[in-house]
Amino acid sequence: MYAFDYVRPQTLKEAAAALRKSDQARFLAGGQSLVQALRLRLARPPLLIDLRAIDELNGIRVANNVVSIGAMTRHADVAAAKEVQRAIPALARVAAGIGDRQVRNQGTLGGSLANADPAADYPAAVLGLGATIVTSKREIPADKFFLGLFETALKPGEIIVRVDFPQPLRAGYAKFRHPASRFALVGVFVCDTTSGVRVAVTGAGPCAFRVKRMEKVLAKAFTPQAIEKIVLPAEGLNSDIHAAADYRAHLVTVMAQRAVTAAAKL
Amino acid sequence: MSASVLGQSVRRKEDYRFLTGAGTYTDDVSVPGQLYAYFLRSPHAHARIRSIDTQAARAAPGVAAVFVGADLAGQVNGLPCGWLITGLDGQPMKEPPHPPLAQGKVRYVGDALAMVVAASLDQAKDAAESIAVDYEVLPAVVDPAQACAPGAPLVHDEVPANTCYVWGLGDKAAVDAAFAQAGHVTTLAFVNNRLIPNAIEPRAALAQYSRGDDSYTLHVTSQNPHVERLLMTAFVLNLPEHKVRVIAPDVGGGFGSKIFLYPEETVLTWAARQVNRPIKWTAERSESFLADAHGRDHVTRAELALTKDGKFLALRVHTTAAMGAYLSTFASCIPTILYATLLAGQYSTPRIYCEVTAVFTHTAPVDAYRGAGRPEATYVVERLVETAARELKIDPAEIRRRNFITQFPYQTPVALCYDTGNYPATLNEALRLADVAGFESRRKEAESRGKLRGIGYSAYIEACGLAPSNVAGSLGARAGLFEAAEVRVHPTGKVTVFTGSHSHGQGHETTFAQVVAERLGSSVEDVDVVHGDTGRIVFGMGTYGSRSLAVGGTAIVRAVDKVIAKGKKIAAHLLEAAEGDIEFAGGKFTVAGTDRELPFAQVALSAYVPHNYPLDKLEPGLDETAFYDPTNFTFPAGCHICEVEIDRATGETRIVNFTAVDDFGKVVNPMIVEGQVHGGLAQGIGQALLEACVYDRETGQLVTGSLMDYALPRSDDLPSFRVATQETPCTHNPLGVKGCGEAGAIGAPAAVMNAITDALWPLGIRDLPMPATPQTVWRALQSAPKPRGTRA
Ligand SMILES: Cc1cc2nc3c(=O)[nH]c(=O)nc-3n(C[C@H](O)[C@H](O)[C@H](O)COP(=O)(O)OP(=O)(O)OC[C@H]3O[C@@H](n4cnc5c(N)ncnc54)[C@H](O)[C@@H]3O)c2cc1C
Repeated sequence: MYAFDYVRPQTLKEAAAALRKSDQARFLAGGQSLVQALRLRLARPPLLIDLRAIDELNGIRVANNVVSIGAMTRHADVAAAKEVQRAIPALARVAAGIGDRQVRNQGTLGGSLANADPAADYPAAVLGLGATIVTSKREIPADKFFLGLFETALKPGEIIVRVDFPQPLRAGYAKFRHPASRFALVGVFVCDTTSGVRVAVTGAGPCAFRVKRMEKVLAKAFTPQAIEKIVLPAEGLNSDIHAAADYRAHLVTVMAQRAVTAAAKL
Repeated sequence: MSASVLGQSVRRKEDYRFLTGAGTYTDDVSVPGQLYAYFLRSPHAHARIRSIDTQAARAAPGVAAVFVGADLAGQVNGLPCGWLITGLDGQPMKEPPHPPLAQGKVRYVGDALAMVVAASLDQAKDAAESIAVDYEVLPAVVDPAQACAPGAPLVHDEVPANTCYVWGLGDKAAVDAAFAQAGHVTTLAFVNNRLIPNAIEPRAALAQYSRGDDSYTLHVTSQNPHVERLLMTAFVLNLPEHKVRVIAPDVGGGFGSKIFLYPEETVLTWAARQVNRPIKWTAERSESFLADAHGRDHVTRAELALTKDGKFLALRVHTTAAMGAYLSTFASCIPTILYATLLAGQYSTPRIYCEVTAVFTHTAPVDAYRGAGRPEATYVVERLVETAARELKIDPAEIRRRNFITQFPYQTPVALCYDTGNYPATLNEALRLADVAGFESRRKEAESRGKLRGIGYSAYIEACGLAPSNVAGSLGARAGLFEAAEVRVHPTGKVTVFTGSHSHGQGHETTFAQVVAERLGSSVEDVDVVHGDTGRIVFGMGTYGSRSLAVGGTAIVRAVDKVIAKGKKIAAHLLEAAEGDIEFAGGKFTVAGTDRELPFAQVALSAYVPHNYPLDKLEPGLDETAFYDPTNFTFPAGCHICEVEIDRATGETRIVNFTAVDDFGKVVNPMIVEGQVHGGLAQGIGQALLEACVYDRETGQLVTGSLMDYALPRSDDLPSFRVATQETPCTHNPLGVKGCGEAGAIGAPAAVMNAITDALWPLGIRDLPMPATPQTVWRALQSAPKPRGTRA
């Protein structure tokens, strides 16, 4: 680790003030991605702004068919929250399937989204549910949030405050785990709403993306059979020693079918 | 008298300190004034070092010293290899120098080329970043199959075709003749995948030099501190052996990877004197991936000749085995002495020929890893046997029965002489425990859920307790293969055992205490076991090859017997009887046929308070040492049966049942043995389903350089194992024990792959590479000759 300065603001305002000291500052949430990067000397921020004491970033609320989850809410807390389990059980399942117990007790929703790992689970849920990312500056619809590999619409210094998830009719998530990292080799979140079906994929591309062809077909028939023959072109999909692009394309179809089955069961 | 403590699942004495964080690992040891070392490692697989500029690093804050290869030249020799293999051409193997810090060239990604010593680790790292190395990057070869190809880049200029040796065992002409007349030949070609050991505790060392008496103390994560000291002092650093103390305190797993003498602790020890300060180094996980010795990495073509009714006639095996960039301590004997000699397996195959080409590649050194040669041999034999059974439509259990060795002692055509065994017994018990009879209905039920279910066997043999020294010496061993023990009886009759064997997870402190307590009629609590310290223990060869109990335990028994013999002399004096009339049992010396007796503790007291004592005939004290050199290997064997289900849609394989019935001879502590089996199975299953070390073929970069890409088995990858033991006592050691540490890793890979290929056989799939990852299985399913194949 390189040496860095550290502050622990109590409010968003204090955080903004801290930011003014250094435009290279990084936020520290659960540290499950950032600390690794620091330890491996892959990141060299002069200042860490620890978000863990800011109350405004915490908590889960359900109102008007919207589940609002504070950015600093731990994966374990989302997984265990009765209100999430009731309103959007698939979202609780996504959180419960992230990493291991230690990671879930530290890692946060905001950290996962800001980090935008191509294999992270939450992005599929956020995009699949058509959520809104509320930041210290504005509201960003999920469709406009994930821009590329570890790249989001967040501007420097912009803090994710919470995420608003509209409650769907039904939703399901199927994850094919990476054999080593247990991130998503391919994960597909399928969501049925009054305004249509959304299918969001993680692990297969540089960032989470939707599969409109599946959405159209599923809007007519919400069954796994309906999408059996829809296979993404391999071109442009991630390819590595664990899964070449064609295998990932195939897994997208299989996981989408399983997500539909999971959703239909609810 | 209480029931025998042998065969009891005594709770492990060491677990209290491990489970409560009270253990002392190398990194836990800190001394005043200690500095920290960081090794700068090559980012290239192969490069000429044009220049290294360390000026800025030397001036960096906190830096005490920076050493590069040139600084060591003339003072620190290359690391030695402990086994000389002589090739088919009669020539000794090629032993290119292995400088602890690269000189002139780097030969694998991770090859250390500089050591920075600083007041803190971060300062050492900061300074290392300012070292400017001018590399001329050269082409690399990482695949053993390509290493001898014409034009392949040379790892060492003085080693043509990258060939360390071409070695053979067996009667080639007789084997070729048998093949010419065979009714059936089964052929397989496969890679035994390269593995990265990943002990939970990374390697670490703390080197201290004492100016006061010109002595050194090295704490190091070693499985065999005496060997470490001998190699380091006599061959590399030219230090007086008696001035160097090597301590291997609590060690968190080794699996072979901590047997070897590594560059890091060698440079550390040397440098501790140069800077006159203690120096500590602890590997990070990334360094473990790069620079621990790896395992396996064989490319093999194997053929089995049979009669039409499944009687084995001959076996022919050609293997290319990677050594990596340099010869690690025991690298050369793994794919030869510990591999080819095991190819008879449990079978009476009359003719066997094996040829091994050992090659250098631009990769980390390859050496012993749990099983070391024997998993590779078992894989060859058991994949061939199962495939032959399927080709000949003979039940896989039946084909094994037809070929089992049943008469002992049995001299194999590949140099070993099995003393005892009962292979039908382990097979039959495994068949019963695994409910093989019910498999077909389980398979049908799985089919109704869209799953492919398969069952596979592995009837393995292993050779443990490598021995005897003189025979090994004639085969090229440069070390002895005995073990030493001292049994020190204190005046109160309590006992401290000093063993040259080392425990890094095996539970010696409990098992060895049981052995001694049983023999002395005392309790396990009254016996402490000390290991891992050249300053306290007379000598030792350490722990590897499942030898601890068979060899180390026997040395202890011999020392205990000397204690008892001396005790009888003392007791005879005290009881005023003839020595020949004294019996020892249940912790008491008795005059035969009388009720005159003395407890052991009282005799011990007399030895240390020799008031009424035969001082004219007998020395005081009760402390005996024994060295034991076994007359033969021991031969644990067993039968593993694996049942898998394959998800057709994703290619994912789940192990739904795994049964292991092993014959380890006498079992001293069933719980510890079961734990060893579980761990071994996990690693064997890891090799079959998950683990693969991958180097990029073009750049030689280690692609699987972290746990994000190198898949270790996790608990939920494994089923609940069904394990049992059968017992044919070893005939040539007093405990009748054989060894159990490696069996799981030896037997499991073939069982898993036989199960997977069984599930896929109806689809026309005959073989799959390890690890059978979901992608690998899915691809095979995609191109299956009979995609909708059903069972005959
Ligand atoms: C062993 C292991 C296994 C894992 N497995 C999985 C898995 O299976 N699936 C999965 O999805 N993830 C997995 N993760 C990642 C985990 O979910 C992390 O928690 C997550 O990626 C980052 O969240 P964090 O709170 O730890 O953020 P940090 O590591 O603290 O921060 C990550 C980045 O986000 C920025 N950031 C954090 N909070 C905010 C905010 N509110 N506003 C703006 N920027 C912010 C930080 O500045 C930093 O750049 C795993 C991690 C580990 C260590």
